[in-house]
Amino acid sequence: MKVRYFAWVRERIGLEEETIEVPGNVATVSDLIGWLSERDEGYAAAFAEPEVIRVAIDQTHVEHDEPIGRASEIAFFPPMTGG
Amino acid sequence: MDTKAQSGERIIPLVRVQAEDFDVTAEVARLCEGRRDIGAVVTFTGLCRDEDGRLSALELEHYPGMAEDEIGRIAREGAERWPLTGLTVIHRHGKIAPGANIVLVVAASRHRRAAFEAADFMMDFLKTRAPFWKKEHMADSGSGGWVEAKTADDDDAARWSDG
Repeated sequence: MKVRYFAWVRERIGLEEETIEVPGNVATVSDLIGWLSERDEGYAAAFAEPEVIRVAIDQTHVEHDEPIGRASEIAFFPPMTGG
Repeated sequence: MDTKAQSGERIIPLVRVQAEDFDVTAEVARLCEGRRDIGAVVTFTGLCRDEDGRLSALELEHYPGMAEDEIGRIAREGAERWPLTGLTVIHRHGKIAPGANIVLVVAASRHRRAAFEAADFMMDFLKTRAPFWKKEHMADSGSGGWVEAKTADDDDAARWSDG
């Protein structure tokens, strides 16, 4: 599964994107945030306030309780500030 | 088919995400050229402010692909809610200097209310749902932080929900 990061989430993790193998017990977006947070300090800093993190699965906005089983691309980013 | 045309055929919005600047006059002409049924064109242009001299540039990061798709979804919803004859949305990315254009919405319709409301709706949802993030470059230090999302923008977007 491809994971992409944007804005300060990208800066804190230090990566634009990566391909990850997710263990079977990581079922939802929320589970994935918890699992990524434990990888190192950068991930922990990016996801320190998980409630502010916005998520897209295959380029469509989703909530944190969304299952990730069929996703090919998941993106994590801060609240948007375009316009 | 004929009945749909009579009641106002649904338009296909034009959406562009680009680094280059845009020409407001040319975009208005694109929607109006050769037509005699349009009574109102509303344009909204968002520009980069210098924040009283403190800001030297804004850098707009975006999610390529999703940015176009999400603006397209919002634009199609706008075209369903109001009887528009045309709708164009252009959003720039990359480094943008104070005074330069960031975003353009052009809404055209037979009567003014639809064009005004559709343009307002588009901007509220662009701000809260289109995957763009602004980083400030400050005039004194060169660097700066990410612009924080405003809860007022969420409140603005919520004005359009039913009930």
